[in-house]
Amino acid sequence: MRTNISKKQIRDNFVQKIEEISGQKLLVCYQCGKCSAGCPAVSQMDILPNQIIRFAQLGLKDDLLESKSIWVCASCYTCNVRCPKGIKIAEVMEALRQVLLRKRCDHVEVPKLTDEEKASVPAIALISNFRKFTS
Amino acid sequence: MKVSYYPGCTLKSNAKNFEGSTLCSLKELGVEVQELKRWNCCGTVYSLATDDLIHHLASIRNLIRVKEAQTDWVMTLCAMCYNTLKRVNERIKADPESLEKIHKFMDEEKVSYEGDVKVRHLLELLRDDIKFENIAKKVRKPLKNLKVASYYGCLLVRPKEIGFDDLENPQIIDNLMTALGAKAIDFPYKTECCGAYQTVDKPDIIAERTFSILTSARNQGAEVVAVSCPLCAFNLDYRQKETAQKYSEFKTMPILYFTQIMAIALGCEEKDLHFDLHYVNPKPMLGQKGLI
Repeated sequence: MRTNISKKQIRDNFVQKIEEISGQKLLVCYQCGKCSAGCPAVSQMDILPNQIIRFAQLGLKDDLLESKSIWVCASCYTCNVRCPKGIKIAEVMEALRQVLLRKRCDHVEVPKLTDEEKASVPAIALISNFRKFTS
Repeated sequence: MKVSYYPGCTLKSNAKNFEGSTLCSLKELGVEVQELKRWNCCGTVYSLATDDLIHHLASIRNLIRVKEAQTDWVMTLCAMCYNTLKRVNERIKADPESLEKIHKFMDEEKVSYEGDVKVRHLLELLRDDIKFENIAKKVRKPLKNLKVASYYGCLLVRPKEIGFDDLENPQIIDNLMTALGAKAIDFPYKTECCGAYQTVDKPDIIAERTFSILTSARNQGAEVVAVSCPLCAFNLDYRQKETAQKYSEFKTMPILYFTQIMAIALGCEEKDLHFDLHYVNPKPMLGQKGLI
């Protein structure tokens, strides 16, 4: 697997946008891995939380926006409370989702859900799901 | 004691058992509960994008309703409502500039929100205002060492700023259970996320989480798992169906709200406990222990 790293990617507007939306300074992360160690969703992830931060530092936009990880995150904040540098990884995950959602690239297509599917879960589940996964 | 109460949407529908058991328990404890007038949905989750103010408005309108009720704090039960309302409140208090912008959206509101309302959870009221030892004195039906594993989930304890207990090792619900005469069972997955909203489009993930969480509780000796969030209750209870399909060795576990357990101990009637809203029927286990 080839990963290209370049100054152009690192200085891209994408990195700045992620930092702005999340309110986090990505270079503070020193890759200790405590976020990934605590994350309950890692078994479903292709890029682990600490790797997400590293990819974001390097401006690897396509890998991040095509990842499964950002959509299996449940915003449980375990990563946030474990980080020794106080980085809010959950906020970075949200920023990555927002980059796509703000372009109307929804993860869940509401019109495609059947009435049965919608009735089988409580409203609280539907609302929180749509808040995180749709625009 | 009079308390202003914000129920949130789920407590009036899928989680009537949570509300019913709470209201009858508080009645036994001599607390008068006043439901907030004209409350609306809080939004369920707190928006983490720094530039997003619009998703906080629903919560702020509720905080205005609290001010209109002429009370300086409101009690919530649903962990998601608690987390969302409290985080919005803290954010607004810390950022007066965004409060300016928000006032422009709130021009038709008669009362102006200034960050001057407190959001509290029922557990804080029970621990700090009523006190567990006083609740213990009102127990009419001791729980005969019912082995209860208290599951906290995420939003009641994280982030640190909103939590009212240790975020890695919370004890508050366990202490309440002990005061009621139950045996508190500690287990390592008590703050491990249930998967929350993944239940809508990825129920497989929930099956995996439910298997881990409930098996851990069972291995420590739990007879029942006490929950404090309607979404956790759905995931840990209703998703046992998918869990049993995926894991042949999975044994079902009754799931109760901590307030239902408290209501039983305080002598509340079964009609307030709404056992019909459960997937895994808790009645056989409770009947066997002589509690109903």
